[in-house]
Amino acid sequence: MTVEVVLPGVLADLAGGERRLRVDPAAPTVAGLLDALAARHPVLERRIRDEAGALRRFVNVYVDGDDVRFSAGAQTPVHDGAVVQVLPSVAGG
Amino acid sequence: MADLLAIGTRKGLWLARSDDDRRTWTLDGPHLVAQEVAAVGLDVRGAAPRVLAGVQYGHWGPTVTWSDDLGRIWSETDEGAIRFPADTGAALARVWQLRPDVAARPGVVWAGCEPHSLWRSEDGGESFALVRGLWDHPHRPTWEPGGGGGAVHTVLPHPTADRVVVAMSAGGVYASEDGRDGWAPRNSGITAPFLPEPAPEYGQCVHKVAPDAGDPDRLYAQNHFGVFRSDDAGVGWTSIAAGLPADFGFPVLASPRTPGTAWVVPLVADADRTPPGGRLRVHRTRDAGQSWTELGAGLPEASWTAVLRDAACVDEGDPTGVYVGTRDGCVYASADEGDTFTTVAQHLPDVLCVRAARLP
Repeated sequence: MTVEVVLPGVLADLAGGERRLRVDPAAPTVAGLLDALAARHPVLERRIRDEAGALRRFVNVYVDGDDVRFSAGAQTPVHDGAVVQVLPSVAGG
Repeated sequence: MADLLAIGTRKGLWLARSDDDRRTWTLDGPHLVAQEVAAVGLDVRGAAPRVLAGVQYGHWGPTVTWSDDLGRIWSETDEGAIRFPADTGAALARVWQLRPDVAARPGVVWAGCEPHSLWRSEDGGESFALVRGLWDHPHRPTWEPGGGGGAVHTVLPHPTADRVVVAMSAGGVYASEDGRDGWAPRNSGITAPFLPEPAPEYGQCVHKVAPDAGDPDRLYAQNHFGVFRSDDAGVGWTSIAAGLPADFGFPVLASPRTPGTAWVVPLVADADRTPPGGRLRVHRTRDAGQSWTELGAGLPEASWTAVLRDAACVDEGDPTGVYVGTRDGCVYASADEGDTFTTVAQHLPDVLCVRAARLP
């Protein structure tokens, strides 16, 4: 199974300059996807979730356009060909 | 010989350098632009000065990063320098303190973090281990967060013994004789007006603690109401607030060179965190808190800003240099123990921390 990960420009440097990655999830969930991402780009993975496995508060993750916070969070399923987009939320000051 | 001043702000880090014994400063930055730098440490024990920064990468979480070339290149470990072990179920929220240990313990760097935790590095701050003895302390579940969060914000390794003193908001002061286990609260005599009387064994909101130059067991504490001194490594504390215009504030500094000399920056109260009379002033004692002198030459005449707990520091120079950074983005430096200040920077983002070091 392969999933396409779409990154914001600010994170591209942590993925070798790429904004679109093809990743084979370790398990068919967002968490499994991030586990696989951690093996390739550990610093990038740390920017998206903390060491306890929680998605960072101001990071939004969408599976095929749907915010996983309104689904099962990191346990949201992903499927072959899914597009998983990472975006910073509207926050800051 | 040059002097380096690191300035951590809500939106980046600046490095100021003086080549004329701290009379004038050249500002370089921002480094880590747009990132919150709540803690900074300058480690001059090695071949090259290392700048350690506790960074909050905006949306993207906290970590420790370092530079060995004064900010040109920043590095961080893949796994993150500070990473809670899986069995804790905790996650790092913010790095509040980065404290290189003494020269006799090369490579050792301490970190105080949120949630309330103490960390020890033996590789110059590239990776840290959780000090389990404090994390597993039975008091920990009842340590309350202060207004800024619940964190170990002060780490004071003893210069010769293995003892480590920490302070946290709002757990108070704790000490361990080996820096690992046996952590005991040391708050006797520190009042807590925000709690019912009598003052508890712990739970005080100690804002900052500094050790005296002449005796590492003599400590000064700026509290959430109250300025105190201990002569026995925190076993007992007595008030030294008499003579100050207010006993509220955040930083307390002590000269590393001149015994009995310490500084505070008073604010009116917790409900009014402005300088008394709208005049930002530093107050110095030369007699371990028996008396205080207001100092302000070179500071702005009218200023309603405040100085946060780590936005003040001293250096190792002779005489001791004193540095204060304000929430309105100004940094002032004194090369004469606070008698006169010069302006290092203006109009920066809120200054969260400053640290000074003399470069070899």
